[in-house]
Amino acid sequence: MTRQLTDRPRAVVEAKPPAAPRARWSSRTRRDFVVFLALALPNLLLIAVFTYLPLFNNIYYSTLDWTLGSASATVVGFDNYVTFFTSSDATKVLGTTAVFTVITVGGSMVLGLLVALALNSKIRGTTFARSAVFAPYVLSGVGVGLVWLFIFDPGYGVLAWLLRGLGQQSPQWINDPQLSLVMVIIVYVWKNLGYCAVVYLAGLQSLPQDVMEAASLDGANGFRRFVSMALPLLSPTTFFLLITTMLSSLQAFDLIRIMTPLGNGTSTLIYEAYLQAFGAFNRAGYSAAISVILFAILLIITVLQLRFVERKVHYS
Amino acid sequence: MSLLSPVSPDPAAQAGPASAPDAGPDIPLQRHRPFSRANLTQTIAGGYLPLILTTVVVFLPLLWMVLSSFKQPGEIITMDLKILPESLNLENYNIAMTTVPFAQFFVNSLIVTSVGATIKVLLAILTAYALVFVRFPYKNVIFVLILVALMVPPQVSILPNYILIAGMGGKNTLWGIILPGLGTAFGTFLLRQHFMTLPASILESAEIDGAGHWRRLWQIVVPVSGPSIATVALVVVVSEWNDYIWPLIITDRPETMTLPVGLTLLQNSEGNGSGWGILMAGAVLVIVPILLVFAALQRYIVAGLTQGSVTG
Repeated sequence: MTRQLTDRPRAVVEAKPPAAPRARWSSRTRRDFVVFLALALPNLLLIAVFTYLPLFNNIYYSTLDWTLGSASATVVGFDNYVTFFTSSDATKVLGTTAVFTVITVGGSMVLGLLVALALNSKIRGTTFARSAVFAPYVLSGVGVGLVWLFIFDPGYGVLAWLLRGLGQQSPQWINDPQLSLVMVIIVYVWKNLGYCAVVYLAGLQSLPQDVMEAASLDGANGFRRFVSMALPLLSPTTFFLLITTMLSSLQAFDLIRIMTPLGNGTSTLIYEAYLQAFGAFNRAGYSAAISVILFAILLIITVLQLRFVERKVHYS
Repeated sequence: MSLLSPVSPDPAAQAGPASAPDAGPDIPLQRHRPFSRANLTQTIAGGYLPLILTTVVVFLPLLWMVLSSFKQPGEIITMDLKILPESLNLENYNIAMTTVPFAQFFVNSLIVTSVGATIKVLLAILTAYALVFVRFPYKNVIFVLILVALMVPPQVSILPNYILIAGMGGKNTLWGIILPGLGTAFGTFLLRQHFMTLPASILESAEIDGAGHWRRLWQIVVPVSGPSIATVALVVVVSEWNDYIWPLIITDRPETMTLPVGLTLLQNSEGNGSGWGILMAGAVLVIVPILLVFAALQRYIVAGLTQGSVTG
């Protein structure tokens, strides 16, 4: 229906000479034009100003040596990028980002799949369990981060108590840079695996039943059936999750900010960009450069995803 | 179909108890009766144990938060773990509310969430309607631009948006918190996909009756799209309530802070060991409202947040 409706006005617009724009428009086309703008323009303007404009502003700011809040800035070209890539920051921040992303994506996908398999049985209570597992995903990262910070507390936390029971001393989760990264990763996986579980469950439930039944009649046991039949059939779901969880891991902020305010060992790209601009140094230009690098990475992942979707559409 | 389903349909059981004893030897592939010990063990180990384990892992930290929020410092600063609080003492909530203006945070969060979510849903409905039902050239170009905006994470825009909003005098104001997030690519996309599936006939008959776009939108399209609009609304409410990075940056005075930012403020003042009970009380105040909304309407929220997964 929409296609039919759009054909005519497009032809009209393409034919109109620039000098006399409105003369050839019928009153109805003109009215629709006005209606469209009245309905859609506020939203489109907001998206333009607060989503698109910042991308270009970021690129501009990244060429400045500029202290946030100061009235003057000097144009330094690519200096901020050079500083980032030649200092130890690059290896540290990119390394932390890579470790955080790979482990959180892998962890929540593998555990999510296992939980989905557990949920995919015909016993009572799975609906409740499905909601329960999903719940942390919708809860405030700040609240959840605080709760886990208490659990990890080396003095009075539950974990320290459990370790004392085993005759162990609790490690310094917060002060040790490597352990603080481990801690944040554990909590991040806990918060996000429900998303993977629910998406995997939907994938499992959409698998063709007759194929799975045929496999079971041949005597294939549950595990073989799963590895040789379900897993390949689930690959579109796996790819979708890989992309979406990777994008959200690269943007993870709330837990990192609340559990490790100083970014000790947990400075991923997004957190480093935040600390540089809004931490002690107010290095706006440098922060913008890191944001641009992060955006470039996100863009590459998104383009990969779009290419995959295109291919899938082509095949089907 | 169920991959790990432990209970297999058992023909012998359906035939009744009389035929059950001699059914065993005749059937080459030995199957267990529904309530046999082996089958029960299998159901519990293969079905319920993972389910219970998962649910416990998810809920124990939240339960711990609630229990600890009632504990006095003496019950927390101890080498022995005290699981249950000695009494349902609301002292921690009291301290949390007086150390920082929690009531003010709550009101701010309510305003930001309700105003922000209402405008966002409204904008999404209007834009999606325009994209589907109003004639306009370059509609496809506009739709692609909305799709691309969907991919741009707000986190990379915080510095430019901070400079823009602070320059407009929006620092430490509620409109400064709300404004940058108002444009909605997600809601527009979701509702557009839904509107595309509506049968053209109902709108055509309304058009013949002389109903204008405004009447067609509110009297036909919106009423038949209840679940989709609810889905968008709930996802928007949840994300507005939990939003952290932007309110954190644009506010530094308690008067305009939202709950998550206020909780950070509380953390700064109660960050030593004795303050855990107070911090857990604060966490309860932030987490429980959304948990209740989720418990009541989880079907819509789960559907909205996992949208697109089935279509790939």
